[in-house]
Amino acid sequence: MHIPDGYLGPQTWGALYGVMVPLWALASRFVRRTLRQRQVPYLALGSAFSFVIMMFNIPIPGGSTGHAVGGVIVAILLGPWAALIAISIALVIQALLFGDGGVTAIAANCFNIAFVMPMTGYFVYRMISRRSEIGSRRRWIAGAVAGYLGLNAAAVTTAVLFGIQPLISKGADGRPLYFPYPLEVAVPVMALQHLLLFGILEAVLTALLVKYFQRTDPSMLEPAERRT
Amino acid sequence: MKGTKKLWWGIAALILLSPIGLILPEIFESGPAWGEWSLEEIEKILGFVPAGLKKIADLWSAPVPDYNLKSFEGKGLAHSSLAYIFSGALGVGLIILISFFLGKFLSRKDRD
Repeated sequence: MHIPDGYLGPQTWGALYGVMVPLWALASRFVRRTLRQRQVPYLALGSAFSFVIMMFNIPIPGGSTGHAVGGVIVAILLGPWAALIAISIALVIQALLFGDGGVTAIAANCFNIAFVMPMTGYFVYRMISRRSEIGSRRRWIAGAVAGYLGLNAAAVTTAVLFGIQPLISKGADGRPLYFPYPLEVAVPVMALQHLLLFGILEAVLTALLVKYFQRTDPSMLEPAERRT
Repeated sequence: MKGTKKLWWGIAALILLSPIGLILPEIFESGPAWGEWSLEEIEKILGFVPAGLKKIADLWSAPVPDYNLKSFEGKGLAHSSLAYIFSGALGVGLIILISFFLGKFLSRKDRD
């Protein structure tokens, strides 16, 4: 799901920097209001966790691979805005240090993986777990559904960014200049891979960690702004 | 909120286990993720490399490309697994530094 350099045309990756810069600023403002100094280690943990989880490439039939992100559990534990910052840090390190995801595509990747995914997951988790006891079964089920939908939402927005490339830019010879496959190919392929396998991984990962915190440190499952 | 020590041990364990994410794709001979092909792979799939893509694909040369060390390339799975663990530790180390720096800057002082 890490878009490399050259896959998106300048109109697309440029526009996404235009979207992400205000979102990063907004996230900083929200986080400044809610994050307490002794919670800083959790920001580092959330970022480190999603970085390491993304190293677990899992093969899928058809000869390609993919991975979970850990983005939804980070959003459940830290809130979606702190998750945006934590996962963005991981994505920037991946791009600059390891060439995993392009430098021009940092904003695009942050939009999909650090914004769409945690926001979707957090919203779904809050909707399902609403008014339920912190220790209830409903909470980890909410985590599973949120993980599943969060990762799939990110996969679909990534596929849409890919798929609009042939519509936007064509060379003089009519051949695509950047990502070559149209929406009709990119969206089904990305969606199918994540609906069938990687989404399930993310769901299991999220549910297990919700259960872990229910057992060991339930206060982490309170909404971030109400935590003391 | 409890301490984070146990969770950091969890991260360390994940780093040590991370070569699973290298070895499994190797066993199944899988290529890269869909939409993350190299220029050679695109050439093979499409028969050509889109012109714009070619121009900016190698814009950035990462110091530790693909979580592998340059001197370890082609030396087999044991070497690349070690490099993978090293990359994981290096990445996590940098993430801790940046997060603490940003976190200090962004967080409120504890009054209580």
